[in-house]
Amino acid sequence: MAIGWYLTVSVLIFCIGLTGVLVRRNPLVILLCLELMLNAANLALVAFARMHGGEAGQIFALIVMVVAACEVTVGLGLIVAISRRGLAVDVDELRELGG
Amino acid sequence: MSAVVFFLAAIVALGGAVAVVVLRNPFYAVLALVCHLVALAALFLLLRAEFVAAAQVVVYAGAVMVLYVFVVAYVGGAPGTEELRAGPAMRIFGPLMAVALAVELSIALLGSALSGITSKGAHYILGFGTPRQIGKLFLTDYLFVFETASLLLLVAAIGAVVLARRRRGLDEPGQGMSVDDLRRLVAEPRPKDTGTMAEGAGTPS
Repeated sequence: MAIGWYLTVSVLIFCIGLTGVLVRRNPLVILLCLELMLNAANLALVAFARMHGGEAGQIFALIVMVVAACEVTVGLGLIVAISRRGLAVDVDELRELGG
Repeated sequence: MSAVVFFLAAIVALGGAVAVVVLRNPFYAVLALVCHLVALAALFLLLRAEFVAAAQVVVYAGAVMVLYVFVVAYVGGAPGTEELRAGPAMRIFGPLMAVALAVELSIALLGSALSGITSKGAHYILGFGTPRQIGKLFLTDYLFVFETASLLLLVAAIGAVVLARRRRGLDEPGQGMSVDDLRRLVAEPRPKDTGTMAEGAGTPS
């Protein structure tokens, strides 16, 4: 398969993830959609690594995975802390910081 | 053959992604994401990224998703608690913006002069993307990145523990044990055969 097909799939997954981040209101699902966007970027990186013939893109993809794991850990910790305090797990209810 | 595998994996990946966004119940959304990740690992394999595919399945679909499932169970992602009741502006403009971005990226992709995009990729040496090769690169050319990633993981782990710990501990009166209770409990002689493994195994002491 030509590399362009992989990049097309990556574009579509990224845009689906973006829709989820904008439309959904449960922070858990927003985190899941962020994962979708990061994975789309990973797919593009690995496809470019294949196109280029070097492994630097794959290393980059692995580091993106590490960063995603860190983001998930801290995000889920925040969600657990929110629900412990008896607040609604809903991004539109949690707007005391303004905005 | 590779075209068939590619289209199957791509369809599953895209379907999983749509399901994550559309499904109301967060638990099912997590399961859809697991399907999506496994299909993406198949795509990585087609791109000769064996180690990245293995890491995807083990780390992502394995460890991170288990964490998600536990948190969904803890927070209680009951169906119907969350509706798609984002404001009407966001409900219209969110997907609109995503479509606009997709069109823009497609134009950039199709209009790019990168000759490699229409090819099947450069020639690669034997052992491209194997754990051996990736590990060698991580410990030579990308050592600083590797160490920084480990530091980042440590910081994230500590941060998660601090965020999710119990706020009210032993020191609050009327909640749990007092310090005196704890001291008494520690000072009590423990029953026989409950201490070390050697005692439990019944070796003569």
